[in-house]
Amino acid sequence: MENLLVLTHADESGSALTRASLEAVTAGLELAARLSAPLTIGIVATDATSAAAALASTGARLLAVSGEAFAQARYATDTAAVEALCRAANATIVLAPGSSRFTRVAAGVAHRLSGFVDTHITALGGAETIEASRWFYRQRIEAVVGRDVRPWFLLLDAGTHAAFAGASGTAKIEEVAVQLPALRTTVSGFRAPQQDQQTIRPDAKMLLVAGAGWTKKQPDGQIHAAEAGELILGFLGATGASLGSSKSLVDQGGEGNSVLPFLTHLNQIGQTGSTPRHAKGLSTCCHGEEPHVVGWRFIADRRAISLDPNCGWTRGKADVVYVADAFPVMARVNALLTAAKA
Amino acid sequence: MANVLHIVVCAGIVPDPLQTLEPTTGPTGPGLKNEMVLPAVLDPWAACALYEAAALAAKNPGSKLWLVSLGPKAKLQQVMMTVAQKVAFELVPIDGPIGGFPDAHSTAAVLAEAIAAIPGIDRTKLLLFGGWESATRGAGVTLQLVGERLGITDQFQGVDQIDLRGDGSFEVLERVEGGKHQLSVCAGAPAVLGWATGNLAEPRNNPQVGMANMRTIMPALQKAKAAKLEANGLSYVSVSLPKQQRTTRVVKDLTPDEIAAELVAWIGAE
Repeated sequence: MENLLVLTHADESGSALTRASLEAVTAGLELAARLSAPLTIGIVATDATSAAAALASTGARLLAVSGEAFAQARYATDTAAVEALCRAANATIVLAPGSSRFTRVAAGVAHRLSGFVDTHITALGGAETIEASRWFYRQRIEAVVGRDVRPWFLLLDAGTHAAFAGASGTAKIEEVAVQLPALRTTVSGFRAPQQDQQTIRPDAKMLLVAGAGWTKKQPDGQIHAAEAGELILGFLGATGASLGSSKSLVDQGGEGNSVLPFLTHLNQIGQTGSTPRHAKGLSTCCHGEEPHVVGWRFIADRRAISLDPNCGWTRGKADVVYVADAFPVMARVNALLTAAKA
Repeated sequence: MANVLHIVVCAGIVPDPLQTLEPTTGPTGPGLKNEMVLPAVLDPWAACALYEAAALAAKNPGSKLWLVSLGPKAKLQQVMMTVAQKVAFELVPIDGPIGGFPDAHSTAAVLAEAIAAIPGIDRTKLLLFGGWESATRGAGVTLQLVGERLGITDQFQGVDQIDLRGDGSFEVLERVEGGKHQLSVCAGAPAVLGWATGNLAEPRNNPQVGMANMRTIMPALQKAKAAKLEANGLSYVSVSLPKQQRTTRVVKDLTPDEIAAELVAWIGAE
């Protein structure tokens, strides 16, 4: 019989669980019910009390590693914490959110426990066994995998399960002691653009992707990078959309060309960028070839504005392609959105 | 004061991203159709790691840079003809299977063994670089596993920048959720750094660097040890291309005003 452990961790507050952790809890509850397997939930937090209270209605055994050392994500402390939780739970299957925190350490812990890990899991299926779906070749090939060795760590992609939202209550927590190694790394904090300049918004309904066409010469023979920047930021301001970019546009910054100053490599979508999840996506001035589009795998409703009627988007990759110049179109879109708000 | 570093970059080879990929199943499991004839490139994120490593080595005289790569010898040779012109390194090739379907744990075991056997490597000076994910398997676990096998417990993933200090410690920026970076300070080597894009542009081809590299690359390729990768209980239930092909509506005859109105209605619709 399988013995299931769901790993969770607190957010920056140190006490509340992250949304991705709550999604993993949902996945764990579903899997435990299907396999009739006992479920344990492990919590890594500064203070696990309120996190545990949020999980009281799961009926699962709750283990926690807590303390100041676990306030921040760090390989040495997090591997020690997760290893201790796994040993205490004696888990054969370990589900965890594919957050940066657990992605950094899951493989290391799996190795310490003579186990194996698979990441970016998008679905868990199978009847009496566990079959995990994941993508290969940057979301171009989909596979369903199984493993007959244990423990098996499965890191779940964010957005693939609903977040657990049970009634809060009093929960019994079993604290797990951790022997920490000598620490050589100090986490100093985070670096982020100022709140009003943050263009990456994972929870936004919409993604706007800007391609290199925004900084190409326009019909008057001039480059209008400043105007492009205003149009893009205007759209983000009016819609709350998240901003993605093609690699070529971001790379222009390193080549001394006109660039959009608010773009960084973190905005990159595609082959060498991220694969975000949003309900809608609008591509502008991007030709829609495969290296870009692999980053759009989890965008449900796709539209594109492109001057090229034969661009990649028209080949079954977008739902609607507008063959038009993005400058006047986006200017009108912004005007309409602003008027609607007023 | 400059620090002497021993930098090892783990980098696989991947199909050129513009190629059409089609999965197929052979006697050893899934693979890509015509995999051996698909044009290949160095894995993009690992290539960023290589360029960052070369820049770091150049700033710290006496440092050494090795590129460890697992793949069929013929494909490695093909890719190295280009990569060797970018930056100076010593190749540690391992003759093994190509592609994203072999198990990451087996790959890591082979890489760790090869790194441990590099003549003259000083593990107290070791910075283990690579891409934070590959463009094939994309699991983001191989480098961690190599690090664990080599006993390195300071690991960073999604790295975009490191700043080495005079005392050997370094400040590192790692990507975390929400478009932010986590800032950490590590006491120094040994450490594992899985790179995202970093900040450096791809170096221009330099034929002189290429000639110098190829003098050691060709003998290394000839002596490359063969590696067999274990499955570790991994099985594939199915491997397929996504079936979703959209019926695209191409709109050619609307004015900007009409397109904008349609877009705004679409944006507002639930």
